[in-house]
Amino acid sequence: MRVRRFNIKKVLVLGSGAIQIGQAGEFDYSGSQAIKALKEEGIETVLINPNIATIQTSDHLADKVYFLPLDIYFVEKIIAKEKPDGILLGFGGQTALNVGVELSEKGILQEQDIKVLGTPISAIQKTEDRDLFVKELEEMHLKAPVSQAVNGIEEAVRAAERITYPVMCRVAYALGGLGSGVVHNQAELIALAKKAFAFTKQISIEEYLEGWKELEYEIVRDSYNNCIVVCSMENADPMGIHTGESIVVAPVQTLKASENFKLRSIAIKVARHLGIIGECNIQFALDPHSEDYRIIELNARLSRSSALASKATGYPLAFIATKLILGYGLTEIDNMITKETSACFEPALDYVVVKYPRWDLQKFPNVSLHIGSEMKSVGEVMAIARTFEEAIQKSIRMLDIGMNGLVCNSLTFDDLEKELMEPTDKRMFAIAEAIKHGYSIDRIYRLSKVDPWFLYKIRNIVEIEKELARYTLEDLPASLLKEAKEKGFSDLQLAKITKSTEQAVRETRKSQGIIPFVKQIDTLAAEYPAKTNYLYLTYNGTEDDLAFDEERQVIVLGGGAYRIGSSVEFDWCCVNAVMTLKELSYRTIMLNNNPETVSTDYDTCDKLYFDELTLERVLDICEKENPLGVIVSMGGQIPNNLALPLHNAGVQILGTSPLDIDRAESRHKFSQLLDTLGIAQPEWKESTTIAEAEAFASRVEYPVLVRPSYVLSGAAMSIALSKEELKDYLKIASEVNEEHPVVISKFITGAKEIEIDAVAKEGELCCYAISEHIENAGVHSGDATMVLPPQRTYLETMRKIKMISRKIAKSLNITGPFNMQFIAKDNDVQVIECNLRSSRSFPFVSKVFKINFIDLATRMIMGENVSPIDRSAFDLDYVGVKAPQFSFIRLKGSDPTLGVDMASTGEVACLGDDFNEAFLKSLISVGFRLPKKTILLSTGPVDSKADFLHSTRILEEMGFEFYATKGTAEFMAANGIEAEVLNWPLENKEPNVFSYLSDGKIDLVINIPKNIEKEELDNDYLIRRKAVDLNITLITNLQLAKRFVEAIHKTSLAALKIKSWHEYV
Amino acid sequence: MDHKRHMAKLVLEDGSIFPGYTFGSKRSVAGEVVFNTGMIGYPESLTDPSYHGQILTLTYPLIGNYGVPGEKKENNLFTYFESDRIHVEGLVVADYSADYSHWNAEKSLSEWMKQHHVVGVSGVDTRALTKKLREKGTMLGKIVCDDKDDISLEDPNKRNLVSEVSFKEPFVYEKGSTKVVLVDCGVKNSIIRAFLERNLTVIRVPWNYDFSKEKTDGIVISNGPGDPKQCLTIIENLKRVLSGNIPILGICLGSQLLGLAAGADTYKLKFGHRGQNQPCEEIGTRRCYITSQNHGYAVDSATLPQDWREWFCNTNDQTNEGIIHISKPFFGTQFHPEASPGPDDTEFLFDMFLRAISK
Repeated sequence: MRVRRFNIKKVLVLGSGAIQIGQAGEFDYSGSQAIKALKEEGIETVLINPNIATIQTSDHLADKVYFLPLDIYFVEKIIAKEKPDGILLGFGGQTALNVGVELSEKGILQEQDIKVLGTPISAIQKTEDRDLFVKELEEMHLKAPVSQAVNGIEEAVRAAERITYPVMCRVAYALGGLGSGVVHNQAELIALAKKAFAFTKQISIEEYLEGWKELEYEIVRDSYNNCIVVCSMENADPMGIHTGESIVVAPVQTLKASENFKLRSIAIKVARHLGIIGECNIQFALDPHSEDYRIIELNARLSRSSALASKATGYPLAFIATKLILGYGLTEIDNMITKETSACFEPALDYVVVKYPRWDLQKFPNVSLHIGSEMKSVGEVMAIARTFEEAIQKSIRMLDIGMNGLVCNSLTFDDLEKELMEPTDKRMFAIAEAIKHGYSIDRIYRLSKVDPWFLYKIRNIVEIEKELARYTLEDLPASLLKEAKEKGFSDLQLAKITKSTEQAVRETRKSQGIIPFVKQIDTLAAEYPAKTNYLYLTYNGTEDDLAFDEERQVIVLGGGAYRIGSSVEFDWCCVNAVMTLKELSYRTIMLNNNPETVSTDYDTCDKLYFDELTLERVLDICEKENPLGVIVSMGGQIPNNLALPLHNAGVQILGTSPLDIDRAESRHKFSQLLDTLGIAQPEWKESTTIAEAEAFASRVEYPVLVRPSYVLSGAAMSIALSKEELKDYLKIASEVNEEHPVVISKFITGAKEIEIDAVAKEGELCCYAISEHIENAGVHSGDATMVLPPQRTYLETMRKIKMISRKIAKSLNITGPFNMQFIAKDNDVQVIECNLRSSRSFPFVSKVFKINFIDLATRMIMGENVSPIDRSAFDLDYVGVKAPQFSFIRLKGSDPTLGVDMASTGEVACLGDDFNEAFLKSLISVGFRLPKKTILLSTGPVDSKADFLHSTRILEEMGFEFYATKGTAEFMAANGIEAEVLNWPLENKEPNVFSYLSDGKIDLVINIPKNIEKEELDNDYLIRRKAVDLNITLITNLQLAKRFVEAIHKTSLAALKIKSWHEYV
Repeated sequence: MDHKRHMAKLVLEDGSIFPGYTFGSKRSVAGEVVFNTGMIGYPESLTDPSYHGQILTLTYPLIGNYGVPGEKKENNLFTYFESDRIHVEGLVVADYSADYSHWNAEKSLSEWMKQHHVVGVSGVDTRALTKKLREKGTMLGKIVCDDKDDISLEDPNKRNLVSEVSFKEPFVYEKGSTKVVLVDCGVKNSIIRAFLERNLTVIRVPWNYDFSKEKTDGIVISNGPGDPKQCLTIIENLKRVLSGNIPILGICLGSQLLGLAAGADTYKLKFGHRGQNQPCEEIGTRRCYITSQNHGYAVDSATLPQDWREWFCNTNDQTNEGIIHISKPFFGTQFHPEASPGPDDTEFLFDMFLRAISK
C-alpha cells in the first residue's frame, strides 16, 4: 500500500537561475525530475526560475512558471501570491538553498505555514556552517580537517598560525568553492581573506591535506531510516583541486574494500545523524598511505556530483529523492531502469565512467590556466567504457577542444616538471608527454600526486601509440589494431599514427571484423533483465545487448559539453525535437555525452546513446541502428559541423541539405550568395597571409573584424583597431582552424544589431521572431541584452530583415530552424551571420511568443504540413528581455568587459508589461543590485561622456551622489554636475577608487572602457576587476548604462509586477 | 601488451566459448561458472571458501587495480583474507590491471594467483557471459589454456564440498569467558573476527564434529560451498540442538542447514546471489538493508514449519534471506552480516545474537 506521509497539494520549486561557473545545467535535470515526480502525485507545482532556456520552465512541466529573480524579495512575493503548502529547496543548487535558508531565518516560511519538504532547514544550516558541521562530526567521533571558523582577518591569521601553513581557506555558503584557496603565508592569507569577507561573514581556516585522495559518495535516505549509497566516485586529481575541476572516475578505482565500505558506513552515519531526507553528497579525503580519512563537506541537496552519479549509474536520483521527500519509503518505489526490482539497492556498474571538465580559459587572456581549489570549468562530459583507457580517450574527444584523445595531439610543453607540479587544464596531456619523455611513474606521482594507478593506465596508452608507430596501416597486425581500439584509440588517431586516413582505417578495421558493440546501462550489472534504453559503445565486448529491430527511428545529435556559446538552450532544442518526434510516432534516438542535461535523462527518448559526437561514432551507431535519418540542427555547432561529413559518408541528414548548410557556413560561399541575391554585407576578404590582410584593412580603414570560418561563440574573433593589433590577432586566429582561412571584414561602428530566429520549410519562411540588441554591434550576440519584440527598431528595418530572411531561406532551400544576425544603421541593413540550425535564442523567442519554434521545425523536418504562423510583433501586450550571466567573479584576473568574443556563461529572460520592467527584472536575475545612493562614474572617451550626459542628469535628479575619476569629473563639472573626484588605482593616493570600493561606499560602477591608451586601460581594468571581486554592480557598456538609468528612473523595484508566464501569454 | 599474450578461453557446458588471455597460473580447470556483481574486494572474494569448486566471473571490468595485501596475521587469522588460500578454481575478468597501486599491496593479483596455482582469464566480455548465465542459469564450464582442451566438465555440487574446505581438527580462538562453538563449513575469517572483536571465545569445530554435546553459550553454523543437502551430519547434529535452548546463528549455508534441520526444504537458485548490493527487507518492517551475498541455494520459505517464520526476504526476487524461530533464540541469515567485502548494514545482527547469548 502506498502511503504519503504529508498532505501536500501545492509545492513551490526553486530553480537555480542562470548558468554560471559552479552552477550549470545539472539543476535543470534535477528540477525537471522533481517536477515530474510531483506531478505524478497530482501535486500542483509552482516554479521560480528566470533561466528561460531550461526544460523545467516548459509549459508541459510546472503548472506555473515565474521568470523572476531567485532572491528573497521576489520569492516572498510569489509565496504571498501563490500560497503553496510546501517548498523544495534541494533542486536548485546553492542558489535555491541560500534563498531557502534566508526565508526560514526571516521567519517567512513559518509565517506563511509552508513546510520545507525533505531535509529540514536546521540540518541544512549544520552542513552549510563549517563550525556547526565540524561540531556535529565531533559529536559522532568522526574526523574533519582541523579547522577553525573565523569572522575577521586578525582571527584568520591567528588560526592559520595555530594550524600551521600551508592552510586551506574555505568560504561558507559558496557555490563552486568561490574564494577558497590554499595559502602559504600570512600575506597570501590576508589577500584572500579580504576578498572573501566581501561576500561572507565567515571563512574557515583548515589543515591542508596535500596529496590525499578525494572521494565522493552519493547518499539517499528515506523517512524510515533506510539509507543507501548510490554511487562512489574518485577524483583522479588529488585534494587541493576542486572536484568540479577534477577528472572523476566512478566507481572508486584505487580503494580496497575495507576503505570503501568504511567510508560508505561513515557517509550513512552522517546522513542519519543529520536527518537527511532525500539526497545528499559527502566528500572525503583519504590518506594515500593509510586508512586515515577526513570528511570534507556534505551537500544537503542535489548537486553537480549527484547529476553525474545519476547518469553514471542510471539511478534516477532526483526523481527518487523527490518521492522520498514526499514520504515514500525506498522499498515502495520501483527501479525505473529494470522495472522489475525496487529502488532500494545500490547500483552495480559493469563499466567505468570518466568525467572530464571543460574549460574555456583561453577566452580570458588575463586568467591563469592553473586549476586549483576554485572552480573555473564551464561544463563537463562523461564517457562510459569497459577499460579506463577507452573511457579517458573518449572523454577527451567529447570535450571538443581539438584533441584527438590522450595522445596524437600537437601539444608541446616548455616545462614538463612545472606543468606536473602546478596543474593546468592540460595536465593529463602533460602526464602522457612526461611518460613519453621517460619520466618514471614514481617521479610523475611525486610531482603531480595523481595516483600511480591512473598513471599506469596512461602509460598503457602511450605504449600502444609507440607500438602502433612501427607500422603502416597495411602491415598493422589485426591484434594490435584491436587492442588499440580496446584502449580507446579513434580511427583518426590511428590514421595520424599510421599516416593514413580516417576512412581507410575504418574500412580496414571493419574488414577485419573490428567493430564496437552496444551495451546497456542497467544498474545491476546484468543480474536482472532490464528494459533500459541507456546505451554506450565499447570495443571491449563481443556482442550487442540489443537486437536493432526497430523501424522509424530518428537520431537527434546533442550539443555535448556546456561551454561558453553552447549551453542549456541547445539541450532545450534537442529535448523538444525528441518530444515532437515521439508525438509523430517516430522512435527517437538521442546521442549526447553531457551528464548535466535533460536530453540524457532516462525518460526523454526511446534510446539514449551516451557517447561521442564524432563522425566515427555517429557512423557506428547509424550502421547498427539503420535510422531514417539524423537531425543535426538542434544541438548547436558540433552536430552542424558533422552534417557534411556524415552526408558524404552516405548518412541521411534530415532537414536542410548539408550542401546548403555548407553554403551558409563557408563564408566565401555565403558571401557569394549574398552578392548574387543583392543583399548587403560588410566588405570582407579571405586571407591566408598577413600582407594580404593588411592591404585590405588599410583600404577599408580600421577597425576591422577578424574571424575564422566555422565559429561558434566567436572563438578567436576580434576587432583590430590598428595594423599591430591585426598582426597579433591573425596569429591567434590561424591556430583555431587550419583548414579554413581567416576572414577580415570592415567593422561598422555605432550600428544596431538585430537577430532573427526562424523556421522554414522547403525554402518557405513559416515562422519567425525578430529581436533587437541593446548593445551596439561589436558585442557578441551571446553577451548582448536582447529585446523581443524590438522597441527601438524602425519598421522599415524590420521589413527589410524579413525580406532578406525570406530570400535566403528560399535560396538555401531551408527546412528547419535557422538564425541570422544583422547590423542596421539608419535603415541600412547588412547581414553578418547566418546559421542553418537552431540558435541560442530559440527557447527565448519560443517562450516569449509561446509558440514552440522547435516543435514546428521538427514537424517541417519530418515533412509534416504546418500552416505558417505570422505573429506580428504588435500582437504582444508585453516585452521579453534576455540578459547574459557572466562568471567573471570566478575567473580571477579576467577583464569584465564586452567584446566580439563571447564571455557569458549563461542567461536569463524575464517578461514585463513594458520594456523597463522586463529589463530590470532580468538584470536583477543576473545579480544586478539597484543603486541606493552612490555611483562611481568613469565614462570613457569624450563622445561617450557626452552621450551619457543626459543620463547623468537624470541620476542627479534622482538624488544620487557621484564619485568620478578625474576626466569624467572634469567633464561633469563643466556641465554643472557635482562629483567627488577619486584617484585612479595606480595613483596610490587617497581618496582612491580602490579604498572607496573596498569600504562599500559605492553601490554601482559605470565604467566605459576607452580601448586606446594602455595606461588608462590598466587603471580602468583595475576598477572593473575590483568591482567584480567585491560583487559591486558594474556596467561597462554605454547603451546598457543609458537604458539602465532610464529604467530605474521610470520604474522601481516595488513596481515590478509578480506575474507568472501564463498571466502574460 | 595484450596482443602478445597467451590465449585462453572459457568454455561453457552449452558449448559457448569466451576467448581471452591468461593471467595468474596457466592451468586448465573445470568448475561451476558463477558471477559476482560486487565492484570491489577481490582478495576477500577469492579467499571465500564458499567459492570452492567454482569459476568466478567478476562483472566489474577493471580488476587488480589495488594489488593484493600481504599475509599479516592476527589471532591466527589472515587479516586481509577470508581464509588461508584462494578458493576459486579460476577467475574470469574483462580488464585485468597488471599494474597496481596501493599502500597496503605487496604483490599483483596475478602473482598471488600464480602462488596459489589459480588461473585467470582476462579480456572476456563478462557482460555477455553474465547475461548467458542469468538466462540459462548457472552452468558448468572450464578454462582452457593455449588450446590444450584436455579436461572434462565436472559438477562440484555432487561432491561434499564442505568436507574439502572445513578444518579437520577443532581449533580454539581464546578471548573472553563467553564461548561459541562455530561449525566450520568453510567459514570466512570475518565471521570469526566478528565474535573475537566482541570478546567471545570461538571454538572452531570441523563440519562433522558432534557439537550437540558441547558445553557452549552459543552455536554458529558457518557459510560454506555447495548444496546444503550434502551436509547430512550437520543437519542431524542441528536437529538435536534445536530441541534445546542454546542460541544458534546460521549464516548463508548455515541458515540453509538450520532450515533443513527445522524441517523446511532448500532448492537451487537459477543463478544465485553473488554481490554486495542485495536488498533484504526485514519482514513486517519498512527497513531494508543492503547486504553482501554469495550463495547458490536458498530455503523455500513456504515449507517452513509453524514455529519458524521468514525473517528477511530479498526485495529483488522475493527469495528467502533469513529465518527465525518464533520463541527460541534460533536465527539464520542467508546474507553475510560480517560483509567483507560489502556493506556492514547488518553487522548489528552479531550484537543481537550476543544479547540472546547473554540472556
